[in-house]
Amino acid sequence: MSTETPVAAGTGEQLARPPDPAEPLGKRRRRPRVPLRSRLRRDWPLLLMTAPAALLLLVFHYLPTLGNVVAFQDYNPYAGDGPLSAFLASEWIGFGNFETLFGDPAFWDALWNTLTITAFQLVFYFPLPIALAILLNSVISGKLRGFIQTVVYLPHFFSWVLVVTFFVQMLGGAGLLAQELRQAGIEPPNIMTNPDTFIVLVTAESVWKDAGWGMIVFLAALAMIDPNLYEQSAVDGAGRWRRLWHVTLPGLRPVIVLLLILRLGDALSVGFEQFLLQRDAVGRDAAEVLDTFVYHQSITTGNFGFGAAAGLFKAAVGLVLILVANRVAHMIGERGLISRQ
Amino acid sequence: MNNTRPVWEEKPTAVGLAGKGAVLTVMALVVLIPLWSVLVTSLSSRKTINDAGGMVMVPKGIDASAYVTIFSGGIVTRALWVSTMVTVAGTLVSLTLTVLAAYGLSRPGSVGHRTLLFFFLLTFLIYPGLVPSYLVVTGVGLKDSLWALILPSAISVFNLVVVRGFFQGLPDELLDSARIDGAGEFRILWRIVLPLSRPVIAVVGLFYAVGYWNVWFSALLYIDSNDKFPIQRILQSMILQGQSPNFSGQSLGSLPPTQAIKMAVVMVTVAPIVLVYPFIQRHFVKGVIVGAIKG
Repeated sequence: MSTETPVAAGTGEQLARPPDPAEPLGKRRRRPRVPLRSRLRRDWPLLLMTAPAALLLLVFHYLPTLGNVVAFQDYNPYAGDGPLSAFLASEWIGFGNFETLFGDPAFWDALWNTLTITAFQLVFYFPLPIALAILLNSVISGKLRGFIQTVVYLPHFFSWVLVVTFFVQMLGGAGLLAQELRQAGIEPPNIMTNPDTFIVLVTAESVWKDAGWGMIVFLAALAMIDPNLYEQSAVDGAGRWRRLWHVTLPGLRPVIVLLLILRLGDALSVGFEQFLLQRDAVGRDAAEVLDTFVYHQSITTGNFGFGAAAGLFKAAVGLVLILVANRVAHMIGERGLISRQ
Repeated sequence: MNNTRPVWEEKPTAVGLAGKGAVLTVMALVVLIPLWSVLVTSLSSRKTINDAGGMVMVPKGIDASAYVTIFSGGIVTRALWVSTMVTVAGTLVSLTLTVLAAYGLSRPGSVGHRTLLFFFLLTFLIYPGLVPSYLVVTGVGLKDSLWALILPSAISVFNLVVVRGFFQGLPDELLDSARIDGAGEFRILWRIVLPLSRPVIAVVGLFYAVGYWNVWFSALLYIDSNDKFPIQRILQSMILQGQSPNFSGQSLGSLPPTQAIKMAVVMVTVAPIVLVYPFIQRHFVKGVIVGAIKG
């Protein structure tokens, strides 16, 4: 996703709601028949208000989505004066780009890196906001809770350039940690450029940036658990760990499942800017993921058709993954992402 | 939330309390130490920095010359100006269009409501890749224009859904009575809905503003001229690519230490976020979570 970070709101919980609960999809309530013309006379200001945003999405979202057809072209940027004329003049080659793509070992390496990092972060990142939220929720003092929240939400609003900068200044070869170790007579390891530990480094960065912010959904879900449930189970003799297991976790289950679906649907994205920024320092073998592969294969080298094919592959797999994950959620009785009642 | 322990809850054990305290302390320090260290280093003299070995934790006097240097013209000053313009213009554009569309989509049963809503929500599931986006943005003539940093990402459908959810939570009677009094939709939005929606506008405005301030990759893609680089590009080239900033008109000897200048650039990149965010943070849960759940 090229525009992954420009708008900071893209946190995981973005699909945390059914399309429109006000209107169940199946049975649409028949309204009294008002002729279209008088409805238009009544509603035209609403349409006018929606138009500019819709137009922007049309141009910058749906038009490029259609533009994915360059994946089936031997797109030559110099065939015309602009992208449109170049597109019209370029030759159609069917699945040629995909054949090259699937025959390219660098593509499989990037895919492998991406999936490894996703799996690693599913284990070492995903549970963290849940655990931290439960911990923070058990803090009695509201002031202390508020202070911690203020502090740990902050890095979410930093750019990746800033986050990597802070890591370089703290853990890099000339950073604070290295400087303290050297003064203690220990030769510091260079954490920022070591490909073997890169997966730990990027996970640490993601945790630093977003694990705190990730708590916000869980804290909201925790606040909605009926306190009487705790009291009753305590009266029935359940200790704090049993209450955690039998009251807290079931209360969080819908949110956890929802975020898990979103994460799985996004399994081929592990963060683009974060990797692009560090790819040169660490090297391609460890730091090339699908998104950076697309970037380097297209924009840098001018091989647009090939890059588009890689991007289209990623988008298609992502769509399938999210639909499958949603289906599985329905099967195990969760509401999931796209509800269909 | 209340601030007392319920009577039925057992007293915490000493080990539990210590462990909890340790985790909370680590959580706070992990964020605060880097910020503190960068701030102190940016305000340190050459001697302090050399004595400490690069990053300073304990301040010894205040030397603001690094800030004087980066604000006295040159590439950092210009980049800050560019980023400020992009952030202000972009946030205005985004907020205006988002609020309008959120209101336009807030009434089930209006003409085309379901189709339009589907058109907006479908963007969550299908998205264009990098290459076609690049071709469209350059194709409509935005290469090397600051608008390339604004228009393609001006609408966040997530933010739109949050605002729409908030609007739908407003009491219907209020809007209906205004309608009976003959107020048009624009007037209702401006006079009645917006004044009641300050928390959600504040939060969504912060999200947009932060997004624009943090713009880096779009600038890498679309902006070629140095004088249009936003601050994140400068930060990247100075610290992550190790290029020295070029401050014309000053001999090297009279410049403050490079390390202090670098850290000062980090600080001015962080500062707007750290300064604005606490005022808006209290609306987070109210504005966003409630909006999202209702949406």
